[in-house]
Amino acid sequence: MSAFGKTSTPYWQALPFALVFLLFFVLPLGLIVMVSFWDYNGYQIIPAFTGQNYLDVFDGCIADLPDLCLTFATYLSTLEFGLMVWAITLVLGFTVAYFLAFHVRTLTMQIVLFLLCTIPFWTSNVIRMISWIPLLGRNGLVNDTLLRLGLVSEPQDWLLYSHFSVVLAFVHLYTLFMIVPIFNSMMRIDRSLLEAARDAGASGWQTVWNVVVPLCKPGIAIGSIFVVTIVMGDFVTIGVMGGQQIASIGKIIQVEMSYLQFPAAAANAVVLLAVVLLIIWGLTRMIDIRKEL
Amino acid sequence: MTNTKKTNAVGISRRRVLKGAAAAGGLAVGSGAITGFPAIIAAEPITLRYMGTAVNQHAGIKEKVKEDLGIDIEYIPVTSDDVVKRAVTQPNSFDILDSEYWMLKNIVPTGNLQGMDTSRIKEAGNITTVFTVGEVNGKKIGDQGTAPKKVSFLTAKDGKDFAAEPTQWMTLIPTVYNADTLGIRPDLIKRPIASWAELLNPEFKGKASILNIPSIGIMDAAMVVESMGEYRYPDKGNMTKEEIDLTLKVMTEAKKAGQFRAFWKDFNESVNLMASGETVIQSMWSPAVTKVRSMGIPCTYQPLKEGYRAWAGGLGLPKTLSGKKLDAAYEFINWFLAGWAGAFLNRQGYYSAVLSTAQANMEAYEWDYWMLGKPAAKDILAPDGTVMEKAGTVRDGGSFEDRMGAVACWNAVMDENRYMVRKWNEFIAA
Repeated sequence: MSAFGKTSTPYWQALPFALVFLLFFVLPLGLIVMVSFWDYNGYQIIPAFTGQNYLDVFDGCIADLPDLCLTFATYLSTLEFGLMVWAITLVLGFTVAYFLAFHVRTLTMQIVLFLLCTIPFWTSNVIRMISWIPLLGRNGLVNDTLLRLGLVSEPQDWLLYSHFSVVLAFVHLYTLFMIVPIFNSMMRIDRSLLEAARDAGASGWQTVWNVVVPLCKPGIAIGSIFVVTIVMGDFVTIGVMGGQQIASIGKIIQVEMSYLQFPAAAANAVVLLAVVLLIIWGLTRMIDIRKEL
Repeated sequence: MTNTKKTNAVGISRRRVLKGAAAAGGLAVGSGAITGFPAIIAAEPITLRYMGTAVNQHAGIKEKVKEDLGIDIEYIPVTSDDVVKRAVTQPNSFDILDSEYWMLKNIVPTGNLQGMDTSRIKEAGNITTVFTVGEVNGKKIGDQGTAPKKVSFLTAKDGKDFAAEPTQWMTLIPTVYNADTLGIRPDLIKRPIASWAELLNPEFKGKASILNIPSIGIMDAAMVVESMGEYRYPDKGNMTKEEIDLTLKVMTEAKKAGQFRAFWKDFNESVNLMASGETVIQSMWSPAVTKVRSMGIPCTYQPLKEGYRAWAGGLGLPKTLSGKKLDAAYEFINWFLAGWAGAFLNRQGYYSAVLSTAQANMEAYEWDYWMLGKPAAKDILAPDGTVMEKAGTVRDGGSFEDRMGAVACWNAVMDENRYMVRKWNEFIAA
């Protein structure tokens, strides 16, 4: 085999996956970008280059300041959700993973408890969300209990179709995405490090903060990427739990698609992709995942 | 698992088809009517792919078609958004299109539909005047929006333009239509409701809802704005940019003040909101009201003095359909108008296209209740046999003439659709 043949071997090995990637990811993405510059009317897209779709996305964003335009307001509210959900799932996910990794002794028990964490995924997303209504609704269990205990004098409306309920549903749905990678990182920690920390006189908290957390960084980063990207693109949860009254980028795109406004939807999708990539870029600046793995 | 299931299902249906074909063949031989059309179809079972929303896709209709015509109907249920999308982008993926009239404004210009030859449709002359000239018993009804009479006819078989007058070429053969209004919970409101303006009455703060389907939601909003005396629209179904801004400004203010509990997008959401008491007044569809009532919860489909927002659906044929399949499609459409299906749909609270044939297939007390607005002489049963309404009740809104005669506007696509959708998104975000 020639020298060229040898150096090219890895490329040949990478080829099949590269082709799949090209065909099912790069090509469709290229099409989306292309269509986002096309014009459209009620029933067709017109292949004529125009920047109008992007102008529409940012319509009034400069002129209306300090009032936020649709796009800015929606991104701001989605980012708020992202941040809150991220913070809560991080704390929750870390705690659960810590318990599973360090307090549960046997592998069987770990598997059993792990499966318990997946229970929310046993039914469909929509059914899961609809079942919040009898719980949080005006005549739901929570309100009934509060009324009976005399804690409130009338049903609390903020429990459902509010920011609160959206965050609650997100946390319920996506904590697992935080638990898994963090748990994975924790299982790789050499237990003798913890013993060493203890021998050196560290308290429990100090061990967690100075040994476990730094070693879990890649897990935390991966979990964060999962949670943040899912929340940024989610529109079903925000729609159902927010009573369709809270905007999300995904919802805007969906509405545009349903009215055959594919170019406008494509432009919004490109902007969303850019924002999410920026966030991930920021995260990877903080933690070099590749090095940590 | 799914795979095995599928194979099974195919096996069963194939066996059933063979059996049906054999039976029909035998019958044809026995009766000596070998040249009749059922024999042709029985000899070679034809399957028609029927695409539309699930509203009209009843198993009962499918079975009856198989029994009467030997034609297999394969339902392709999609959301109403996807009906347009598929009719525009994949006209080869179905043989019969079940579409709403407002969608035609987007579908017909693509040339994907063929004009249906009224000379091949037996009951064409008896299709209700609601569709052909926009009248109920000689009285003009509201035609704001995409009224069916504006889009029912084409200038030519392959035409892409709507004809102003009835012609030989129809775009859709009407299947069902109805008049929509607000649903209310009379037990929680405890006073008469008579106007669309009540939707924004602060009395119902946090207990109102509107549907989050921009093109329909904005019409309901316009009914409200007009009845509040804010503005009189020349055409609610075709607003100018200023009118869209005005309408949504009123709605946005109400939303910011906390008037709405939630918006709904599908049937079940609207039922849940109403049945759980989260809302007491909201835009609603007639079967959703029935569903709430069947749960034992009082719910009224309230007639309002400003009138109804109407909608209508019908069957269309894709341009590519030809030969035996086209013949079968005409066969099916003729069957649909022949009465059995009409009676079936009337009994669910919709209206059918040819009233005379539907009446012939309904019991007198059913016709009196559903169409004439008289108190039910006996219990009114749902198609599955459960009691829908007790004897003595009167249909909300009364007779066909009272309800369809009071139509104010029709579901529509506006010329400023692009702008409207953007503004609606802003309203949701506000």
